[in-house]
Amino acid sequence: MHVAARRPTSGRAPRRAVSLLVVGVLLAVLLVFFVLPVIWVLLAPSKTADQIVHDAPLSFGSFGQFGAAWRHLFAFQNGAMLTWLRNSAIYAGGSLVLTLAASVPAGYALALTRFRGRKTLLMITLVTMIMPSATLVLPVFLELNKFHLIGTVWSVILPFSFYPFGVYLVYIYFATSLPRDLLSAARMDGCNEWQLLTRIALPLAKPVIGLVAFFSFVGNWNNFFLPYLVLPNSNEFPLQVGLNQLLTSTPSFNPVAGAGLDITIPELALAIVIAVLPVLVLFLFSQRTLVSGMLAGATKE
Amino acid sequence: MTLLETQRVVVPASRTDAGPRRRSGGRAGYLFVAGYTLFLLAFGVFPTCYAFYLAFTNSMGQFTGLNQFVKVAKDYRFLPAFEHILIYLVLWLVVLVVLTVLSAVLLRSRVGPRTSAVLRFLYYIPGALAGVASVLVWLFMLDPDVSPVSWLLSALGMNSFAAVLSPGNLPVIFLLIAFWTGAGGWIVVMYGALNNIPDEVIEAARVDGAGPWRIAWSVQIPMVRQWIVYMTILAFASGTQLFVEPQLLQTASLGRVSPTWSPNQLAYVFAFQQGDFNGAAAISVFLLAVGLIAAGLLVSRSSMFRLDEK
Repeated sequence: MHVAARRPTSGRAPRRAVSLLVVGVLLAVLLVFFVLPVIWVLLAPSKTADQIVHDAPLSFGSFGQFGAAWRHLFAFQNGAMLTWLRNSAIYAGGSLVLTLAASVPAGYALALTRFRGRKTLLMITLVTMIMPSATLVLPVFLELNKFHLIGTVWSVILPFSFYPFGVYLVYIYFATSLPRDLLSAARMDGCNEWQLLTRIALPLAKPVIGLVAFFSFVGNWNNFFLPYLVLPNSNEFPLQVGLNQLLTSTPSFNPVAGAGLDITIPELALAIVIAVLPVLVLFLFSQRTLVSGMLAGATKE
Repeated sequence: MTLLETQRVVVPASRTDAGPRRRSGGRAGYLFVAGYTLFLLAFGVFPTCYAFYLAFTNSMGQFTGLNQFVKVAKDYRFLPAFEHILIYLVLWLVVLVVLTVLSAVLLRSRVGPRTSAVLRFLYYIPGALAGVASVLVWLFMLDPDVSPVSWLLSALGMNSFAAVLSPGNLPVIFLLIAFWTGAGGWIVVMYGALNNIPDEVIEAARVDGAGPWRIAWSVQIPMVRQWIVYMTILAFASGTQLFVEPQLLQTASLGRVSPTWSPNQLAYVFAFQQGDFNGAAAISVFLLAVGLIAAGLLVSRSSMFRLDEK
């Protein structure tokens, strides 16, 4: 790792060296802290449980062992892993579509049209956006129960589709970076509001739509609390809740229930890798957009 | 909370906001926000009101005033849970603010741009493992049998998983998990905020003879104070919500960790093991009040959430 030092200009070289050392050490320690666990988890499925305990922690086992871990994992409850993967995709995908359909037009309207109740709507949006959603999970459970939705796809997709932060991002984007003259000109040309939204605003809003889609998908893919409450049966679980079930079937963490099952540390590590892979791939591909988008609303005027 | 007006009203043409006059588009506005408004009512406003209703009534639906709150507050598990979360929050906020701001300053001013970009990306990666996956990863990291840093654990006097999971260590364990998944994203945000400080300002300070640490302390940090406040309040609100982490740790530790370690777990136990939804709602309302106060502070104190566009 290179630390860019400016050439010492005076006799303060020792102090500068100490300062540089502090910088280097801190950044390196953080690097190890953030990256080492990720590398360990990626390597663990290639080893047997025994090798994980006795070999060097960051050694690579064998591809054959990796295949064995794969077979054990997918044999668990006759392929429950595949069911969970499919469920996660349905829940996160379905709520993504609904989130975008609801929040993009709403953000546009809040920024660029005038209607009574607009300020109130914006205010409530801000408050619910900052209010942590976990406190509402219990009342939402009861509400879904009243409507007999517990255990259905809707019990997850509908609450997931409420995403005030997405509305806020779209609102900020349209309020700050859509040229008003463009809209006025289009209105002069006889465009109605619907055409304004679909033909002019949406094509210009691709970056922010991508950002909302990313945050919504990642958040819902990783959500545990709500599905854990509203989905009672294993064949309805998303991956996150499935991982919890795998944990209770691992002998090293649960000697009683896990006895005789093939779910050991390599299988559990592989399940983690599979569970985070879609999100990890998204992270790698959308890094640049994200970083610029994370600062939405923080641009210098 | 006021509910939204749903009648269509023609907005008068005279408006107070600056900027070019434009036709209101009022009717279309209603249509565009309709879908989102339904979600907001169904999963934001209604559950909030419902939680309040439950917290002030009993299972027969009779009004009971503050009785539910008194009942849960007297519960022997209530104070410990809130005490745990308080210790955790203090640790979490201090460590988060100090380390994210410090790293962002270093990445901005003390290393080359390429190194800085690579490091920021690598710090950010664990964010992909939020939720259950991150807890499982840390179970491995903290189990001396398999941990790649077992030498470090034994140097700290912990040679068994049980020793690692002793009650005094739990806030630190949750801190590690939260920092691992969340801090990278905040470092990126802080870095961006520092990037927005004009170069001339930094240059002027340098000409005045300020060293890099002095510039960081007297120029850079004050200029991103708003972002630090924003991060603190959001981290505070999410920190009060611990559920997945203690719940999984409880599973993995064969019951060595209390099943009601955090307030959210206590609410869960009230609701699903004791069938007392009113008591659970009272705990939720406690937490909600804390969250709402934080939200109110953020909205009113920070110019970040402008309700009026320029």
